[in-house]
Amino acid sequence: MTASIMPKTILAKLVWAGIAILGASAIGGIAIHRGESINAIWFVFAAACTYLVAYRFYSAWICAKVLVLDETRATPAERFNNGRDFIPTNKWVVFGHHFAAIAGPGPLIGPTLALQFGYLPGTIWILVGAVLGGCVQDMVIMFCSTRRDGRSLGQIARDELGPVGGWAAMVGTMLIMLILIAVLGLVIVNAMKHSPWATATVLGTIPVAMLIGIYMRGIRPGRVLEGSLIGIALLLVCVVGGGWVDQSDALRGLFDWSGESVAWFVMIYGFAAATLPVWLLLAPRDYLSTFLKLGVVFLLAISILVLAPDMKMPALTQFIDGSGPIFKGTLFPFVFITIACGAISGFHSLVSSGTTPKLLPNERDIRMIGYGSMALESFVGIMAVIAACVLDPGVFFAINSPAGVVGKEAAAAVATISAWGFPVSVDQMEMLAREMGEKTLFARTGGAPSLAVGMATIFSSTFGNTLLSMWYHFAIMFEVLFILTTLDAGTRVGRFMLQDILKHVWKPLGNVSSYPMTVASSLIFVAAWGYFLWQGVKDPLGGVNILWPLFGISNQLLAGIALSVATGILIKMGKARYAWVTGLPLTWLAIVCTSAAMEKVFSPNPAIGFLAGAASMAEKLAAGALPPDRAAVAPQLIIGQQIDAALALFFAVVLWVVIVDMLRMSLRIRSGKAVLPLSESKYIKTRLDPDLVAASH
Amino acid sequence: MIREELKRRLKQLWHYLRQVTGDDAFERYIAHRKLVHAGEPLPTRQQYFKARQDEKWSKVSRCC
Repeated sequence: MTASIMPKTILAKLVWAGIAILGASAIGGIAIHRGESINAIWFVFAAACTYLVAYRFYSAWICAKVLVLDETRATPAERFNNGRDFIPTNKWVVFGHHFAAIAGPGPLIGPTLALQFGYLPGTIWILVGAVLGGCVQDMVIMFCSTRRDGRSLGQIARDELGPVGGWAAMVGTMLIMLILIAVLGLVIVNAMKHSPWATATVLGTIPVAMLIGIYMRGIRPGRVLEGSLIGIALLLVCVVGGGWVDQSDALRGLFDWSGESVAWFVMIYGFAAATLPVWLLLAPRDYLSTFLKLGVVFLLAISILVLAPDMKMPALTQFIDGSGPIFKGTLFPFVFITIACGAISGFHSLVSSGTTPKLLPNERDIRMIGYGSMALESFVGIMAVIAACVLDPGVFFAINSPAGVVGKEAAAAVATISAWGFPVSVDQMEMLAREMGEKTLFARTGGAPSLAVGMATIFSSTFGNTLLSMWYHFAIMFEVLFILTTLDAGTRVGRFMLQDILKHVWKPLGNVSSYPMTVASSLIFVAAWGYFLWQGVKDPLGGVNILWPLFGISNQLLAGIALSVATGILIKMGKARYAWVTGLPLTWLAIVCTSAAMEKVFSPNPAIGFLAGAASMAEKLAAGALPPDRAAVAPQLIIGQQIDAALALFFAVVLWVVIVDMLRMSLRIRSGKAVLPLSESKYIKTRLDPDLVAASH
Repeated sequence: MIREELKRRLKQLWHYLRQVTGDDAFERYIAHRKLVHAGEPLPTRQQYFKARQDEKWSKVSRCC
């Protein structure tokens, strides 16, 4: 092991003590601060110091004592080097790939939604959850896959725990994909509905992506850099063009879509992107959105440091009692469900196994790439908190509260929100909407618009107080663009997964190169997530209240499966006394996930419990207490909530099946009974000079 | 001296950028093939690029 666990020189010891003290004071300051607003710089310090200390000490300790990384051992990239997917690659390049793959829209949306509890609970969970949970999960799974020829989580689960674990991982992954796409679709709907500017811009990005696809395929094959640069320039033209459309009375109406229309657009788009050849739409869009994502994250970090804005949100709000407008439910367990990405995200285990390990030049790089990338994603979550806290709390709640909670009319909404103690006026909201180039910003639940207003405020102040509406629509385009990337990539992979499961029913269904099967399975998959999306669009409480917790639970379920596999492997490796490294986050997730699922299913409060929600709606429908438009969709919503209940219950059961399977195996090991052998591949000494990989080009 | 150093750094950055985006993936692949499987027929840039893309997007390569 290269890195020693403790610093050696006195100077190094002093520097690390200084970082630790600064971090502790910043966290302490944030935690006990009340009253006047607090500066965002403290959040940056608290986060940076937490990651630095955790990376320097905790991850080094795990790598040295628990995983015992061996830098003399050849990685799959070296052993199976085929110049294509297995290829030893400069560790900074792998870091870039891995970070771009794991950081999606999740760490921007979840932390924004969780702000209804105030900034404190979310911030603490993002920091603690990441350094003790998320980073550890990503790193340990990456280690397990690297030691197993770069196999995927599903295969590792099957090899190590047996068929039960394997099936759970497979079905769990597909279901999380389904819910993820539905909820992200809902975020897009709420950002684009009745916004001609946003709609025109987003529609414009589709031909741009296709153009770049044709350029990179036919005109200048594989010239990724120049193609992407042209594409980014065209995207900026789309933002400006959207503004022209918004100004033109003739064109405005064409792009003024209802929520239902946007939902149909999202479904048709998802189907098209999954069935068209990848080079035409999916791949070029991904290049553009990745460049944009990294650029915006970088820009946001610089702007926050330069501007040092004040955080206007209180540390805690009264909504910790469960009565929040964005989603219902008490602080525990819902803050831990709402913020999955940014703290711990099970989805990462799919990239940490299977993809990234095939590129690693040396085992020692697992620490930087696995633990480090997740720390960086967590920092993106902290920046989302800061960007949304720049808004007045009244404005934040006005943008994010669904009409079903605060009322359809602007006057009613501001009265309700002001009565909560977050003053806001109709004039203020109208003025803000005008500045952002929108007709209204009320009831845009989902996190994207409030984040975009926050980012636009930060960017425009940093760059000279101009172009607020341009920045806002740039931010919206940026968010929608990479949500769409997740959506079409997810639909495509979901289709493969569905076929993988269906082939057990009837072999020909699994044929991924047959066109009719492609169309049929894509249709089924889109219809499945489309169902949940539709339910969310129709839901009077805004849909986020239903779908986001369901997504959080499914994501934490996948993390639970990954951590169970990791814990089982540690025990098999004879490291039972260190099994708490993954066992601790697993225990916490099991508690959080189970309590949240139970509340979402069985809570007697109709705004929280799916079953109570269905029953209450059925009662109102029978009593004729619903207005005609609501009564028309009520029967669908009732069935929808019952399906949601079944799904949440299923998630909890799958999680416990895997945990029990892992515990059963551990007990067998303790009593000396036979278990599946460790599937680690044989030691082969590396012949690669790591410094050569670093310098090669 | 400083100019030399700056030039070297910029070149390094350019190489990194090309590598991280996959801009030079084809050249690397050809170099690998020539080294390991010398004399065998090679794909064109277009064929290679298409195959890599199809492969990349048939598994989970983007998270939430």
